[in-house]
Amino acid sequence: MIYIDLLIGFLEVGFLSFGGGYAAIPLIRDVVLSYGWLDEEMLTYMVAVSESSPGPIMVNMATYVGSLKGGILGAVIATVAVVLPAFLIILLIMVLLRKLLQNRYMKAALGGMKPCIIGIILTTGFVMMLRNCGIFVGNNPADILTIILTCGIGVIYFGSRKILKKGISPIGLIGLSAIVGAVAYGV
Amino acid sequence: MLIDLFLTFAKIGMFTFGGGYAMIALIEKTCVEDKKWISHDEMMDVTVIAESTPGPIAINCATYVGYKQGKLIGSVAATLGMVLPSFILIYIVAQFLDGFLKITWIANAFKGIKIAVGILIIDAALKMLKKMKKKPFQISMVVSSAVVMLLISFFSIEISSMVLMLAAAFIGIIVMMIFKTDRQERDKR
Repeated sequence: MIYIDLLIGFLEVGFLSFGGGYAAIPLIRDVVLSYGWLDEEMLTYMVAVSESSPGPIMVNMATYVGSLKGGILGAVIATVAVVLPAFLIILLIMVLLRKLLQNRYMKAALGGMKPCIIGIILTTGFVMMLRNCGIFVGNNPADILTIILTCGIGVIYFGSRKILKKGISPIGLIGLSAIVGAVAYGV
Repeated sequence: MLIDLFLTFAKIGMFTFGGGYAMIALIEKTCVEDKKWISHDEMMDVTVIAESTPGPIAINCATYVGYKQGKLIGSVAATLGMVLPSFILIYIVAQFLDGFLKITWIANAFKGIKIAVGILIIDAALKMLKKMKKKPFQISMVVSSAVVMLLISFFSIEISSMVLMLAAAFIGIIVMMIFKTDRQERDKR
């Protein structure tokens, strides 16, 4: 049943996403693709919408997937599921387990997980980018226009940080890419 | 006071773009400087706890501050306040997005946005990498998890990143135990 799947799927995400929103993207991607809730394309839109909306990115993603798959009830279940682990763990820590985080096994486990998450996020971003350019997707030819646009936007984003004092903000980048996309793919 | 907690966090939830780390700054300003609900040291404490516990960082902070102010009910009020604005907004957006995507120029704009998403995810990882301690253990963990993830994606193997993370936690514990026994043996000599 979809509601139980949403509950379990997003509890899993809420329980394992150490490091906040971006750490949750690979996990949500896994859950969403393995249940077949969204395809790769809709998933990318979902991430874009979540990033350009206010509020915690993870809550946005859970609400989005939940509402698409199970209406208002699905949205509530997915959102509660993604929030609940964080909520309960903080309560536990404050009420009785303040020392738990100082436990050396706990520290060692966290010490192993954090660099692993960075590797996972890095690869997820890289793979999403390659797929978007049509590289390594079946036997389709690579999408030259998208490759050129990706390089261009990447250079602008990272270059602006070197030249200007404060680079382009994430929302700024999403806005810019929307305009570039509408123009370049429309012509 | 409960209403105050709810409304304050609803305001933070409604006006911060960019997720957790962007919110910490606003939570600090509101809860430490304006409302004086928690001290600056406590705020540092929350940030550290939030980073080493799972879930949305903003939720961790809201639960913490809410509990400090009003125990269990306070933490529920603050957390609900944090969640509700984005829940309502996204719920509405999700209803309309499919229809919007049928309009050609909007679909094209979203094709452009897809490029931005990949760049932003890589950028987030690079920022985390910059903050990480760069000892051989951390570096080899980053490299090996990236390589395993690449292999998984290209050969479409059915392993979720959850398994990878649990394995990493396990490796972390084993490495800690090996180095600890090394040190003990050295101490004995």
